[in-house]
Amino acid sequence: MMETVLLKNIENPNSADIAEYKKVGGYRSIGKALGMEPQKVIDEVKRAGLRGRGGAGFPVAMKWTFASADPKFPKYLLCNADEGEPGTFKDRPILEKNPHLLIEGMVISGHALKAEYGYIYLRGEYPAAKHILNAAIKQAYDNNLLGENILGKGITFHLAVHQGAGAYICGEETALIESLEGDKGQPRIKPPFPVNVGVFSKPTVVNNVETLSNLPYIIEVGGEAYAKIGTPDCPGPKIFCVSGHVEKPGVYELPMGTKLKDIIYTHCGGIRGGKKLKAVIPGGISTPVLPPEKIDCAMDFVNMPKNGSMLGSGAVIVMDETVCLVKVCYRALKFFEHESCGKCTPCREGTGWLRSILGRIENGEGADGDIEALLTISANMLGKTFCPLGDGAASVVQNFIKHFRPEFEEHIKAKKCAVSG
Amino acid sequence: MFSSAAIQEIEDIRAKYPNARAALLPAIYVAQREFGWLPPEAYEAVADLLNVPKATVRGVATFYAMYKQKPMGRHLIQLCTNVSCMILGAERLVDLLKSAYGVEPGGVSPDGRFSLVIMECIGACGTAPAMLVNDDFHENLTEKNLQEILEKYK
Repeated sequence: MMETVLLKNIENPNSADIAEYKKVGGYRSIGKALGMEPQKVIDEVKRAGLRGRGGAGFPVAMKWTFASADPKFPKYLLCNADEGEPGTFKDRPILEKNPHLLIEGMVISGHALKAEYGYIYLRGEYPAAKHILNAAIKQAYDNNLLGENILGKGITFHLAVHQGAGAYICGEETALIESLEGDKGQPRIKPPFPVNVGVFSKPTVVNNVETLSNLPYIIEVGGEAYAKIGTPDCPGPKIFCVSGHVEKPGVYELPMGTKLKDIIYTHCGGIRGGKKLKAVIPGGISTPVLPPEKIDCAMDFVNMPKNGSMLGSGAVIVMDETVCLVKVCYRALKFFEHESCGKCTPCREGTGWLRSILGRIENGEGADGDIEALLTISANMLGKTFCPLGDGAASVVQNFIKHFRPEFEEHIKAKKCAVSG
Repeated sequence: MFSSAAIQEIEDIRAKYPNARAALLPAIYVAQREFGWLPPEAYEAVADLLNVPKATVRGVATFYAMYKQKPMGRHLIQLCTNVSCMILGAERLVDLLKSAYGVEPGGVSPDGRFSLVIMECIGACGTAPAMLVNDDFHENLTEKNLQEILEKYK
């Protein structure tokens, strides 16, 4: 087991306290980073090869360079803590157990961007994290690690928590910005990109909790040493959160590129009760489902797409032979219908129609032609919406049918489910 | 309409943003806590305090699932039934809440004790099935321990 970077010290019941964080080396990187020119910090992140951990895997240094190059001020750094992708619980341990790691990461990032204001957009479903973050932010202000003239280095960074209110779409960065501005969380068309016209119309970087939490370690050991963890294309540690039918579900910090098969069988102890594996959703519910023969694949932003899925948030949902996949697909589409913001017609209408047809198949009322209808509707949603929510919903349906079509056909033919009756 | 403490709280929140409009979501939370839900007076109070049209306040509030448009029970049960919780038995828990307390999804128990909201993932998938009761997480739920846990909420 490698040394943990992101989940360091979380077994300590007082790990969220500043004194405990400092005991394990916390806040050592901040002084070093604030003594560097902002561009040097960006260069270090570039050498580290850090990619965004929210799901898209976009190179962090590139995003930062765009925002840094924009002449408008003030600039804003937003932390996306709207962890809503079903199956995902990787940021919660950082927020609840290691808040100072995130704060240190944000101060370093803010300096790199010459941003003096940061907000943590925290999902409404994490009430405990809100109190913990607010307490940690107060401690950081009291210790001159936030606010004006941090550690006497002449650098200012203010940080506050902004609580969301139960809208999955606000995890999409432009919807998050709308929501922070006090509006409905509906995505904006891009361009302009947030790095030029973001929150309050100013250059804005939105980075995920886990992404920002890598910064103290990158500054501590240097980009080159950091890049030795993981794979050459996708360096660094990654938090995988595993749920469903495994013996030991939970969060696992492992090198990027760890094989899906090893996560399930080595780290999580295999399938619960010795049952047979039926399907895996590897990166949160929006990522394409995989059958058992496709799990011998490295979990990173480069290899998973070649294997027909995506790394997403690293949220692995494991399903054994007792699970009805039509029902899972139906439940997923209920979710997408509920969370569609309603702005783009193909998504708003498409998710409803997909949910409705899947519901009648699951309930034994499917008809000939339903599978074709599902595929036609999905094809008419893909690439036709502002944000990836509609694409996610369509590709979920396409991939469940691609890998498990006989189960759908059986439901329609027998008018019932062969697994759950 | 608001208590003076609530007005001060909203003023403090407003100071964290470059404009008043950005304080709208947190201010609606304060209103919801003060009124127990969001009656028309709550929208009016927020609109007056932040100088935002009432229709805007209502339009924003109704977009978000956690802002309550009707009176709630004394305790709010937010139970997840998304895939990780569903495949580990969350639907049976919904049935149990119906039979034991008479509370339907989206409804309030007849005695006013519990409101039930079905959630789309609460980030407790590794300890599924899971729920929030008010601000507390309860994880690894079973038909047996669910009622024991709810005993604490009178």
